[in-house]
Amino acid sequence: MAAQEIVLEVKDISKTLGGKEILKNCSLNVARGELKVLIGPSGAGKSTLLQCINCLIPPDKGEIVLEGKTLDRTDKKSLCAFRARVGMIFQDFNLFDHLTARDNVAIALRKVRGMGKKEAAERAMDELARVGLANRYLLYPAQLSGGQKQRVAIARALAMDPTVILLDEPTSALDPELVGEVLSVIRDLAQHGMTMVMATHQMDFARALANEILFMQNGVIIEQGTPAKLLAESATTRTKDFFTKLTSELE
Amino acid sequence: MFDSAFVFGELLPALNRGLVVSIALIVPASIIGFAGGLALGCLRGFGTPWMRRLGDWYTAIVRGVPLAVQLMMIYFALPKIGIYFEPYGAALLSFILCSAAYHSEYVRGALLSISQGQIKAAKALGFTTIQTVVLIVAPQAARRALPGCGNEIIYLIKYSSLAYLVTCMELMGEGKVVASDTFRFTEVFIAVGAYYLAMVTLATWLLHWLERRFRIPGFGAV
Repeated sequence: MAAQEIVLEVKDISKTLGGKEILKNCSLNVARGELKVLIGPSGAGKSTLLQCINCLIPPDKGEIVLEGKTLDRTDKKSLCAFRARVGMIFQDFNLFDHLTARDNVAIALRKVRGMGKKEAAERAMDELARVGLANRYLLYPAQLSGGQKQRVAIARALAMDPTVILLDEPTSALDPELVGEVLSVIRDLAQHGMTMVMATHQMDFARALANEILFMQNGVIIEQGTPAKLLAESATTRTKDFFTKLTSELE
Repeated sequence: MFDSAFVFGELLPALNRGLVVSIALIVPASIIGFAGGLALGCLRGFGTPWMRRLGDWYTAIVRGVPLAVQLMMIYFALPKIGIYFEPYGAALLSFILCSAAYHSEYVRGALLSISQGQIKAAKALGFTTIQTVVLIVAPQAARRALPGCGNEIIYLIKYSSLAYLVTCMELMGEGKVVASDTFRFTEVFIAVGAYYLAMVTLATWLLHWLERRFRIPGFGAV
């Protein structure tokens, strides 16, 4: 394999919340075009880890390096610039309720990227088309289904041309019949080489598309490797146990 | 007996003059008061600790002291430190200061109801705190605060009658003068009451229209 260009380095992140240690020295390196999948039981710290990466939850210690540059969390300007380059998709979408689908996508282009109104609207339309929602652009979040909301949220992140996208269980709040449409958009991104770190319980998706799976438990990344390695017939990994358990629960 | 010469020749012209002054107090006081309350509410919700404390004190003082007393202070006490107001200016200022404090309470409540998720999403896109408040939180909080703030505007219409205490000749003031001159208290105050009722009815209708106008589509109760 050719030398991989590491775009995001997460070094030794620890976080204690309310006296409980949520993350213990978590580290990961993400290469360009790679999809890393975080799995593990609820409460393992997956969501906290993702939110520590862009400082929505400030880590107690550790370093974040994006394209060779260490983030200075104390400098608000560079923190905003950093976040503008790191997309984030939330479990419950978090669209702006008072804006149409198009304006949800366009607002950051205008106010953070400084684009003109017309240009931003056009770019927003392109991104909505990419997630299959071009004809829904005038609808408000409350008028969209969960799957559509999440696709707007993905369009909103994509419009910023992010270096990496963090996805925090993007399908967990969806009705089962809507999971597919969102996963297919994410699959499409992965196949087009978008760099992503995703926490999910969608095991088949992880197995099929992840370049690497990280298994978290009690705030520690306890296993990591390719799906082929962690999930091989002969493997005796925690990851595989977890997979088997989730799959058998489904059946 | 219905005395049409008195009603049409004296009472209504006087009340109409007063009505103009009342409207000139109520309209700017409600608009500036609401804008001030929105800003104050945002400061109290998202400002630095000392801003919040300052906002809380301001609100506590303005809400805690009767408006009539505040009006007297502005009109009679401020001149002692060299700040003079016409009766109209004194009344307008005290109404703005007072309604801003009340509006800020409604706005603060509305701010708390905006989901933390949206604030996180805005930050994750690279918005500064000020951008997040101005672009995401305030427009939604203003909508949610509208029913409460509308209530405050209805109150304002009625407490604007206190302006006569500092000789600002609005509706109540004009009515009082006519009543004292003619001793026809019953007719005069029935008419004054009807004028206020008409203003409140109109304002209620206008506020409902505003709520419908700014309702977010698909959102049940805003």
